[in-house]
Amino acid sequence: MSLTRERHAELKHYAIQLRRLVVESVHHAGAGHLGGPMSAAELFVALYFAELNIDPDRPRDPDRDRFILSKGHSSIGLYAALALRGYLPIEELATFDAIDSRLQGHPDMSVLPGLDMSTGSLGQGLSPGLGMALAARLKGQDFRTWVMIGDGDSQEGQIWEAAFVAARYGLDNLTAILDWNGLQQYGWATEKGYGVLDRLAAQENPLTRWRAFGWNAIETDGHDFPAIFSAFAAAKSHRGQPTIIVARTVKGKGISYMENDFNWHSKPVTDQDLKQAQDELAAQEAAL
Amino acid sequence: MNLSTTGEMLAQRDAFGDALIELIDRDPRVYVLDGDLANSTKADKVSRERPDRFLEMGIAEQNMMGVAAGMATCGLVPWLSSFACFIVNRDLDQLRVVVAQPNLPVKLCGAYSGLLTGKTGKTHQEVADISVMRAMPNMTVLAPADAVEVRACMLAANDRPGPVYVRMTRDPEPVIFPADYEFELGRALVVREGTDITLISTGAQTPRCLAAADELASEGISALVLHVPTLKPLDADAIVAAAAQTGCVVTAEDHTIVGGLGGAVAEVLGERRPTPMQRVGIRDVFGESAPNEDLLQKYGLTPGHVAQAARALLS
Repeated sequence: MSLTRERHAELKHYAIQLRRLVVESVHHAGAGHLGGPMSAAELFVALYFAELNIDPDRPRDPDRDRFILSKGHSSIGLYAALALRGYLPIEELATFDAIDSRLQGHPDMSVLPGLDMSTGSLGQGLSPGLGMALAARLKGQDFRTWVMIGDGDSQEGQIWEAAFVAARYGLDNLTAILDWNGLQQYGWATEKGYGVLDRLAAQENPLTRWRAFGWNAIETDGHDFPAIFSAFAAAKSHRGQPTIIVARTVKGKGISYMENDFNWHSKPVTDQDLKQAQDELAAQEAAL
Repeated sequence: MNLSTTGEMLAQRDAFGDALIELIDRDPRVYVLDGDLANSTKADKVSRERPDRFLEMGIAEQNMMGVAAGMATCGLVPWLSSFACFIVNRDLDQLRVVVAQPNLPVKLCGAYSGLLTGKTGKTHQEVADISVMRAMPNMTVLAPADAVEVRACMLAANDRPGPVYVRMTRDPEPVIFPADYEFELGRALVVREGTDITLISTGAQTPRCLAAADELASEGISALVLHVPTLKPLDADAIVAAAAQTGCVVTAEDHTIVGGLGGAVAEVLGERRPTPMQRVGIRDVFGESAPNEDLLQKYGLTPGHVAQAARALLS
């Protein structure tokens, strides 16, 4: 997909708005995950504003593309994308994590139309995606299933059960996106010691591992829209194998004090934190 | 009704394989997912006779449960073929999060339940599946008494909107229901009328309770036998009515006495009609590998054990 200058600016605008809504919602709720939604912001926007064949007015359309957020703790990022896309009022984001809200801490498909699967217990998202891709093939439907996984998420064995079986069935209508931000809730010590401020990524090279499981693996910059779209196009044109897009991302991307700090995996946002984040995002918006 | 064993012996697992073919032929939504046990559960009949409706998922139950959930969101009705011990334990978190919480129509075959698993021992004997499954919101839990009721339960399970667990046994057991038996999900049924004591049973323990009732009858004790094929939703009214009719109750199950049928009956009677009762079942221990008759004897599940509990309660 070639992007016009205006279209590129528009997508960047949505990513900035998504980040703003995430920080404001978590600030309002008093708790929530931040680092993961920030690293996935461009990926959410690329999917919901360009790639997915979906209609907010028909969230249960049997022929819609499917999206599953296996790293379910990034729910507020998905909710912000759904709100910006018209699945729910922007104001509803203020109910995140509140009693009776449709916006549960982890995505609950039984209360919010627009969610294709309930997730939250890690490692579980790829298997239902496999089931959907298999169903499409069995029923002769053309929709594509996208599953976003995390690098911490992929430490669960079930991801690799699903990887094996999806390759065994040659499901080229299934695409996984790895939000490879390199950090998790606490993570792995460096070789030098066990310091909590210096944690290492668990997977040095996810591509090798996925290729060994029989997948087509593509690496891309997860914050660059043209690179993301080129990876999407390569995934869709590949035949006979499922594809994983390994998206290099920065945890906490877009808010200077959150970037690459595992402590911002989940943390309350103070009034001062909020102000600084809003100022930084406003500056990014002005620079578009 | 007053039932006795018909003299015919049939394995529930054979009925499972036959009923899958029947379901596939009447319902285009039905697919069978197998965890590499089809030639044990008898779902292999589908792989031979309806191969386009059979999906091998390999030895990876967690993934299989998730795949079923995804298929169910697309309008299909997946039936899982695996052992009860794996369905209930290995993929319990997957069942909880992607099947039970979204209330998806995934149908679970808990094959080889109870102690009689063909000499495989405690790793493969599932004696807490009723307890675990009935504590799961949105689940329907069935335990048919014989091969005839397996088919009837599966037809009802297939039509039910949410997830259903069907507890089944491995080896040939006495048949008690006539071929034209009509199963009603959620209803317990009196399979033997009686006035002195109530025997409440589920699954393949019901034929053994009929034998226990015969034994008691020869001693002049009239035992009512209430069969509970639906553990959830439980037919509490039928349990209260049967308890009221005889004034004392023995429960019987090839399952732990902790939280299973005995626990469920105690909960109902404790709240609605406190009644003297005894629970016959596995007494909070794991099993072992041994011939069936030796297991029933050692773990206290024979008709004689049920009759003895009844005598003790009446004396």
